Amino acid sequence: MIPACRLADLPRGEAFRLDIDPPVSVFHTDDGEVFAIDDTCTHQDASLADGWLEGREVECPLHASKFALETGAVDAPPARLPVRTHEVVIEDGMVYVRLSTDAPNLPPCIAARLAGGIA
Amino acid sequence: MVGASLAGLSAARCLRKQGYDGRLVLIGDEPHRPYDRPPLSKEFLAGTIGEADLVLETDGEDLRAEWLLGARATGLDPARRAVRLADGREVRADGVVIATGAAARSLPGSEGLAGVHTLRTLDDARALRDELARGGRLVVIGGGFIGAEVASTACALGRDVTVIEAAPTPLAGPLGETMGAVVSGLHADHGVRLLCGVGVKGLSGERQVEAVLLEDGRTVPAEIVVVGVGARPCVEWLEGSGVQLDNGVKCGADGRTSLAGVVAVGDCANWYDPRAGTHRRVEHWTGARERPDAAVATLLAGGALEPGVPRPPYFWSDQYGVKIQFAGHAAGADSVTVEEGVVDDRNVLAVYRRAGVPVAVLGMNQPRLFMRWRKKLAASL
Repeated sequence: MIPACRLADLPRGEAFRLDIDPPVSVFHTDDGEVFAIDDTCTHQDASLADGWLEGREVECPLHASKFALETGAVDAPPARLPVRTHEVVIEDGMVYVRLSTDAPNLPPCIAARLAGGIA
Repeated sequence: MVGASLAGLSAARCLRKQGYDGRLVLIGDEPHRPYDRPPLSKEFLAGTIGEADLVLETDGEDLRAEWLLGARATGLDPARRAVRLADGREVRADGVVIATGAAARSLPGSEGLAGVHTLRTLDDARALRDELARGGRLVVIGGGFIGAEVASTACALGRDVTVIEAAPTPLAGPLGETMGAVVSGLHADHGVRLLCGVGVKGLSGERQVEAVLLEDGRTVPAEIVVVGVGARPCVEWLEGSGVQLDNGVKCGADGRTSLAGVVAVGDCANWYDPRAGTHRRVEHWTGARERPDAAVATLLAGGALEPGVPRPPYFWSDQYGVKIQFAGHAAGADSVTVEEGVVDDRNVLAVYRRAGVPVAVLGMNQPRLFMRWRKKLAASL
């Protein structure tokens, strides 16, 4: 498990970006739930932590595809693939993320970089 | 659905999502399934993504729709609510969604001249991409968003580029004079010539374009010319149908038209904007994507719903590696202030206000702050 942040430091309606590769974001919804998903939109290089958090959905800050925080599912293009979801564990006020072992759905530009190609 | 691009597809999705279970027909004049247009002036033109990346339908998506593609609508019979097609066929319906979009304006007299392009469709983009790959000097007529994005892409491909804009400042309409100058400053930053305040008299060349002739007597040599001088709504087919036309299809705040059972969405639709107290035809991708929800609800409810207030319009542009984002309307602003960043660094967040109240926001490489302001704008208006 990777420690992300203290729950007290993550107000409702806010997100915390874990700078790992690929980055993961932790969202604290207005209803007090905490979810973790891959931070990068599956369409293009945009940080979902910068997105519009509403209910259990986050809208990509660039092109308005919405991702369900619970399932990672995307509602409509331009993104066509879901983001990975990660398990969240809260212990002693600390938020931990247990990373998914699935392959991430990264946008073409990032996937190329991770594969050692050009960005 | 008359129109099978983003607005038509979104309307079809909304119909299914809102529980409509009946027959669904999508009519599109292009032969292609719905595709994403914004990349046509950017990644697709640059050759970094292909046609498969433009597909708007998701894998396994089944709208249980009939697709009539390559079929142009030529008329609407209001009494029988029948859509006539160019090939003589006719489609009768209980409800019609008009989503015929807009077409690129061309330059009179440029017909048939090789090397002259507009950019609106996939076929346009293929032709321009292939020609840009072959090399040559590019002149872009029109310093708006399409023109600027084409200039940016061509510059990255190593082409020699000149942009010609008739107005003193490009993008002054959507962004205002001050920020229009800042954003169009990106051209000079990257060695692209920008000529402003001068009209185009015509093109020279017999079969292949050779130069752009300016009204002040100058001649700008060109092997490739892109005409980016805006778009006109595709509504000629509705003339005489009883659907009221005024800068596109005149609509209420929920997309309803003057005919019952007929709504309009996307670039061809001139919706009433309750915030502004006037009609505004919005040609943004996000409008085509979001507004069908309200229009379809209206259609299914037989017009019995009270229209809600939509989010402030939002659009983006990518130029020279800078993410440009804009929300709201600049036209009503009496001041614009840079709240963050440095103009010369092209990383600014600027807020437009009217009598002290924020009415629009512009971001250049400021997605995080921009989103905060965009939410604030939606909450305050």
